[in-house]
Amino acid sequence: MERREEIEAPGALPSRQDGRPSRPFRLSSYIVSLFRRKSFARGVHPDTHKSTAGKPIRRLPYAPRISLPLAQHIGKPAVPLVRPGEEVVRGQPIARADGFLSVPLHSPVTGRVEAIRLHPSASGAWVESIIIRAYDSSTQEVLWREPRDMEALAPEEILAAVKECGMVGLGGAAFPSHVKLSIPPERRIHTLVVNGCECEPYLTCDHRTMIEHPADLLRGIGYAMRAVGAQRAIIGVEDNKPDAVAVLTPLLPADGRVTIEMVRTKYPQGAEKMLIKSLLGLEVPAGGLPLDIGVVVNNVGTLTLLGRLLPAGEGLTERVVTVTGPAVKRPGNFWVPLGTPIRHVLQCSGALDGEAHAELEVVLGGSMMGQAITSLDAPVTKGVTGILVYDREWISRETATKVYPCIKCGECVQACPMGLNPALLGMLAAKRDYDSMSADYHIADCFECGCCTWVCPSGIPLVQQFRVAKGLLRARAA
Amino acid sequence: MTELRSAPHERLGVSVESIMLNVVLALLPIALFSIWLYGLSALALLITSVVVCLATERVFNRLSGQSSTLSDWSAMITGILLALVLPPSFPLWMTAVAAVVAMGLGKILFGGLGMNVFNPALVGRAFVQAAFPSAIATWVPSYAPNRFHEFIPTTLTQPLMIPPDITAWVKAVSADAFTGATPLAMWKFQHQLTAPEDLILGIATASVGETSAMLILVCGLYLALRGMLDWRIPVGMMGSAVILASAFHLYNPDFFPPPVFVLLSGGLMLGAMFMATDMATSPVTPLAVWTYAILIGVVTVLIRYFGGLSEGVMYAILFGNALAPLLDRSLPTRVFGRRKPWRVGS
Repeated sequence: MERREEIEAPGALPSRQDGRPSRPFRLSSYIVSLFRRKSFARGVHPDTHKSTAGKPIRRLPYAPRISLPLAQHIGKPAVPLVRPGEEVVRGQPIARADGFLSVPLHSPVTGRVEAIRLHPSASGAWVESIIIRAYDSSTQEVLWREPRDMEALAPEEILAAVKECGMVGLGGAAFPSHVKLSIPPERRIHTLVVNGCECEPYLTCDHRTMIEHPADLLRGIGYAMRAVGAQRAIIGVEDNKPDAVAVLTPLLPADGRVTIEMVRTKYPQGAEKMLIKSLLGLEVPAGGLPLDIGVVVNNVGTLTLLGRLLPAGEGLTERVVTVTGPAVKRPGNFWVPLGTPIRHVLQCSGALDGEAHAELEVVLGGSMMGQAITSLDAPVTKGVTGILVYDREWISRETATKVYPCIKCGECVQACPMGLNPALLGMLAAKRDYDSMSADYHIADCFECGCCTWVCPSGIPLVQQFRVAKGLLRARAA
Repeated sequence: MTELRSAPHERLGVSVESIMLNVVLALLPIALFSIWLYGLSALALLITSVVVCLATERVFNRLSGQSSTLSDWSAMITGILLALVLPPSFPLWMTAVAAVVAMGLGKILFGGLGMNVFNPALVGRAFVQAAFPSAIATWVPSYAPNRFHEFIPTTLTQPLMIPPDITAWVKAVSADAFTGATPLAMWKFQHQLTAPEDLILGIATASVGETSAMLILVCGLYLALRGMLDWRIPVGMMGSAVILASAFHLYNPDFFPPPVFVLLSGGLMLGAMFMATDMATSPVTPLAVWTYAILIGVVTVLIRYFGGLSEGVMYAILFGNALAPLLDRSLPTRVFGRRKPWRVGS
C-alpha cells in the first residue's frame, strides 16, 4: 500500500487549491480499519436516529425579535456595551468580556436594541438579556469585521483573537475557547484532539459541518495547534460518518501533522476523556484535565467557526443547530442566529403545526444528555447543539414503564464508561449517604452521560439521583 | 407548559418483566422435559410449587399493604426452579412447605424483589433437605411405563404424614436394575460411574429438572444470547469445577471421577445456568462476578469429594450468595483515571 502511494504520488494526486498534494481516501484502508476500530471500555449503543445526516445546512427566516442572554458561556456574564434604543449592525460587539473567564457578545442581526432586561432562558430562569428587534428591510449581511492576517500572529495574539470573537465550546459545554486553549507555561501539549464523534443520538450538526466546511475546519485546526503549541492533531470521527472522513482525508495537509482516525460508533465516544482513551490510549487522571496529560480537545464545530471567523475578524453570531425528533415535520440542520427564540425555529420546521404545546417535550441537545426546556421563548444560545422535539405518543411510550427495585443485574456497571458502580451509588443515593458516594465510590467522576439510566431494566432514574447528589455535594463544599 | 423529563429521554426498553418472563420461557422446555420423564407426579410437583409460591407472595403483599407484585414474574421463576431441584417423588405437601419457606423466608422477609440475599428456591430446598432428609433422598426411575396414568405413590402423601415406602413400586416400574441412587451418590458411596451420554440426555436418576445437561445448556444459551443471563457465571463456575476436578483426576484417576462426569452430573449445570445467575443474589462488579463464580465451582467440587453429601451445588451457591455483597464491596470496579481498585476509599 505504502509503495503504491509512492509510485502514484508525483503529480498524480489531486491537489488542493493552494497546490499542496493531498492523500486520497481509500476504500480498502477504510475496510481494513473497520476491523481494528479504536474505542474505550463499556458504554452503550442507543439508536442513533441520524435521519438529518443527509440534509444540507440551510438558513431560517430571521426572527423579528431576538434575545441574547449575557451569560451564554461558563464564567462571568458579559457586560453590555449598548443602550436601549441604540441601532446595531450585524457583527457589532454589543457586550464585552468581564475578566479572563468570560467572552464578549456580538449582535446577530442589524436592528435596534429594544431593551436590556430579564428574559426566559433555557434553564427556566429569567436572565439578563439584550433584546434586539431586527429591521425588516435589512439584508442581514455582516457589517462589522476587521480582517486580519492570521499567519503573522503569535500564539498569544491568536488567543486574544479567539476571545475577541466570543468563541465558546460549541459541542454543548459553552466553555470559553480561549481559556481552553490557554496552556499554563509548565505544561507541554503534544496532541490536539479534534472531536468529530457526535455520539449523541439525533445530532448531525457536526457531521454536516465536516462535510460542508472542511477547509474552515482544517484552518481552525491549524490556528488551535499554533495557539497550544501542539505538533500534531488527530480528528476523531465515529465510523458511522465515513462520508465526512472521505471529504476531509484528501484535504489533510501534506506534512502529516493532522491525521484523521475512525473510532467505533458507541455512546459516549464524544466525551473528552473517552475520545482521548480511544485515540491515544491515555487516561485523564481523575479530577484532572486533558492538558495534564498533554492533550487539548476541541469540537469540530468550534474549530470550523474559528477557521472562518478569525481571518475575517468577525464575531460569533450564528451556529449550526440540528432540529429533529418525532414531532418535527421538516427536520434538518440550520444556521441559526444566536438569540433566535426556540418557538421561531420550531414554527419554521413544522413542530408546532396543529399540536398543543402541552403535548410536546422540547429538548436542547440530544436524547442522552439534552435538557428539556420550560419556555419556548428561550433563545438559541452558543451552547445549543440541537433542538429535539418529542410528541405525546413518544412520551407516553417512554414513561409507561414501571419502576422496580434494583435487581442488581449489573447492567449499569457494564455500561458506565467511567467504571463506576451505579447500582451501589443508586442505593447510597436512596439512603442519602452522599458522603460515602463521594468518598468511597467517586461520584465526582460521573459526567452524567446517562448510560446507567438508559440500560436500567428497573427504570430507576440513576443519573438524576447522581445529579442531585453532585449538586448537594458541591453546595456543601462551597 | 411543555412536558419536562430528565435526561436520558430515551431508554433501552428492556424491563424487569421482560427479563423475568424470558427466564420463565427458558425454564419451560426443562419443565416440559421433566414431565415427559416423570409424568403426572412431576406435573403435580411443578403446579404445586408455582401455585404456592405465587399465593405466598400475594398473601404477603396483602399483609404488608402493597399492591400485587406477581406481575414481575419473579415468584413464578422461584416456583419453577424449586420444583426443578426437588426429587420427582417428593410429596406435594412437603413441596408446599418448601415453597412457603422459599418465598416467605427466602425472599419476602428480606424485602421482596431484589432485596433477598439468598436464592429463594435454594432456601426452600435447603429447608426441606434438613426437615425431610429421607423424602428428599428418595429417587425414582424415569420413563416409568405408567407415568402418565398414575402418580408415584409418595406424591399424594397426606399432609403431615410420612411418605410410604416405595421400594416395591420402584421394582415394579423399573426395567433394569435400578439402584435408587443418583449418579453422584453411586460414585460416592458405591464407586460406580454413570455413562456421560446418559447424563447428557437426561435419563439418569436426578431431581425433576437436573436431568438433561444438553437441554439446560441450550436454554441457558438462549438467555445468554439475549443478554439476560451473565455468561461469566456459568463459564467461571463450570470452568473452575472442571479444572479442579481434572487436577484431582490426574492426581488419582482411580478414586476421583473424570471431569466430564463432574460437569454433567447432579445440579451443576442447572445451578450454573439458572441458580447462581440469579441477578439479585449475585455480585455486579467484574472481579467480584468472576470470584463468585469460581468460588462456587470450587466449593461444589470440594463438597462432592470431601463432604458428607454426594451433591454440593446447593450449598456452594448459598455460600456464594452470602459472600456476594462482600465481594462487591471488596472488589470494586476500577474507576477511569484512578488506581488501586481493590481499596475502597483510597
